[in-house]
Amino acid sequence: MAKQRGAIVVDIERCKGCELCIEACPTSVIRMERKVNGKSYHFAYMENPAECTGCNNCAIVCPDGVISVYRMKVEV
Amino acid sequence: MKMEVQDISKQIIDPKNLVYDRSPLMTDNVLTYCPGCGHGVVHHLMAEVIDEMGIQSETIGVAPVGCSVLAYEFLDVDWLQAPHGRAPAVATGLKRIMPEKYIFTYQGDGDLAAIGTGETIHACNRGEHITIIFINNGIYGMTGGQMAPTTLPGMATSTSPYGRDVSTMGYPIKMTELVAQLPGTYYVTRQAVHKPGNVRKTKKAIQKAFENQKLKKGVSLVEVVSNCNNGWKMTPVKSNTWMEENMFPYYPLGDIKVDGELVK
Ligand SMILES: Cc1ncc(C[n+]2csc(CCOP(=O)(O)OP(=O)(O)O)c2C)c(N)n1
Ligand code: SF4
Ligand code: SF4
Repeated sequence: MAKQRGAIVVDIERCKGCELCIEACPTSVIRMERKVNGKSYHFAYMENPAECTGCNNCAIVCPDGVISVYRMKVEV
Repeated sequence: MKMEVQDISKQIIDPKNLVYDRSPLMTDNVLTYCPGCGHGVVHHLMAEVIDEMGIQSETIGVAPVGCSVLAYEFLDVDWLQAPHGRAPAVATGLKRIMPEKYIFTYQGDGDLAAIGTGETIHACNRGEHITIIFINNGIYGMTGGQMAPTTLPGMATSTSPYGRDVSTMGYPIKMTELVAQLPGTYYVTRQAVHKPGNVRKTKKAIQKAFENQKLKKGVSLVEVVSNCNNGWKMTPVKSNTWMEENMFPYYPLGDIKVDGELVK
């Protein structure tokens, strides 16, 4: 069976750690990294990549345009 | 065959599978807004709309005074920067000498609903064929969270530390409902950008507000009820919940005037 699978790429140095992407993600993919970036912000990363459907929700609520979204059909 | 999750992610992250990226009309400059501020979301939406309509070289924005004073650093179109509150007057001049260009203002509530009230109302009353993007966060963000005409009753700000007392400070002004009453406005709507569904609706509203300029039937105004987590002294996530619970009852979302007809 083919399933839509997604993945996000976070531009770490532009992320301001606001956590709005976490709220927006319907499948709880995203979490904040314990480490900080060059501006001392915790940054978003995929904690549960298997759950990402590539729905774009996180990317469109991100005020800083930090997230790129990829999506493809994967055989499972 | 089941592959390891990491391997699949690597396989998915390929240019041919890209479904969302920052608009090419956004410059590489890092936005100067606070973490989680709605201004950034609206900037990206405007960039997407202008790009998708293919009107980059025909669009001129008028930036306000406020946190978005530097909007011209972020959105790659032509811009002018107006004195505080004067953006609709500047946009009027631009539109009248260049009627085929897409002219928009981008203004906060301190800009549009306080010092610029006269300019806003009269541009709307004259029915200028412009687009006004109005970010209402109920406060003066840039200068340190002072009370604005839009501040909610009882809301504490740096100049109303015990909360806005309407008996001496007046009531929050609903500029959007007010200008909808004028025959010079053609499309008036109130939206938000705190949730994905709202972001998608706001994008449609901004697109309609730009497309209306072709009709030459007056002002299209999109209010976005937004957060100012810095001014409100809350985390971004908390500020969005607070906005839903407190701002939306007073500033209800939805269309107020569509194609010249009041719908609310
Ligand atoms: C003529 C003039 N008066 C006052 C100011 C100070 N001032 C700068 S920004 C601002 C308020 C901006 O608030 P708002 O329009 O709500 O935008 P925000 O910063 O919240 O996005 C004020 C009063 C100014 N720059 N010029
Ligand atoms: S919404 Fe954007 S800036 Fe905020 S934490 Fe997520 S990726 Fe970072
Ligand atoms: S002060 Fe408020 S309006 Fe200004 S950038 Fe920060 S959160 Fe946004």
